[in-house]
Amino acid sequence: MAEANKRRPVFFNLTQIQMPVGALTSIGHRVTGVLLAVSAPFGIYLLDLSLQDPRSYARVVSYFDQWALRVVAIVLVWVLAHHLLAGTRHLLSDADIGSQLPAARRSAWFVNVGGIAVALLAAGALL
Amino acid sequence: MKKPFTGLRAWLVQRLSALYMLSFIVFFLIHFAVDAPHSYEAWRSWMTGSGVRSAAAVFFAALLAHAWVGLRDVILDYIHPVAFRFGSFVFVGVGLTATGIWVVRILSTEHGFAV
Repeated sequence: MAEANKRRPVFFNLTQIQMPVGALTSIGHRVTGVLLAVSAPFGIYLLDLSLQDPRSYARVVSYFDQWALRVVAIVLVWVLAHHLLAGTRHLLSDADIGSQLPAARRSAWFVNVGGIAVALLAAGALL
Repeated sequence: MKKPFTGLRAWLVQRLSALYMLSFIVFFLIHFAVDAPHSYEAWRSWMTGSGVRSAAAVFFAALLAHAWVGLRDVILDYIHPVAFRFGSFVFVGVGLTATGIWVVRILSTEHGFAV
């Protein structure tokens, strides 16, 4: 049995594997989580600046006049939205809500599309 | 040695911190939707009011714990050589601790009760 297992073909070419929609939600949850951890210090830096004095507060506000930073902000809105929606889906599934496959597929679609929709709304507001 | 953030406890930490952060973010967004602070004074007095300040302190504590459990899972999944894995834990641990100290400085007397 162990011998047979060793000889099994391994096929992990992610670009060719047919991934179910929940896999994208899950990978997205992980990737966005790492991105949030990486961006947290930048957010905290802005918080620090914004509270220091009126001049540095004005500087933080003026950062968002820049086109490039608005794009970054919109991407981060997607990152946060996807992570929160996917996380909420996880919590509901812990409570045994939507764990059955059809419901889980629907909620996975909802998360993937919902994250993008929130980012588009933010883009509409910011651009 | 008792490991604080592994197994069932890590699972629980991840969920409790998520629930708290979710509530705080909703509260924050509602404040900005209803009564967005449009000046430095308004922003500072809201942020440094004792209620919001404490709630934000708990938010950042939850954030750091949540980030630790999440990054730890990612490291355990992808980084296998022991030395490299250990180095990654140290890197993340030091980074999160430094971030925590920074947040405490921001939320303590610095901008609030002083003046």
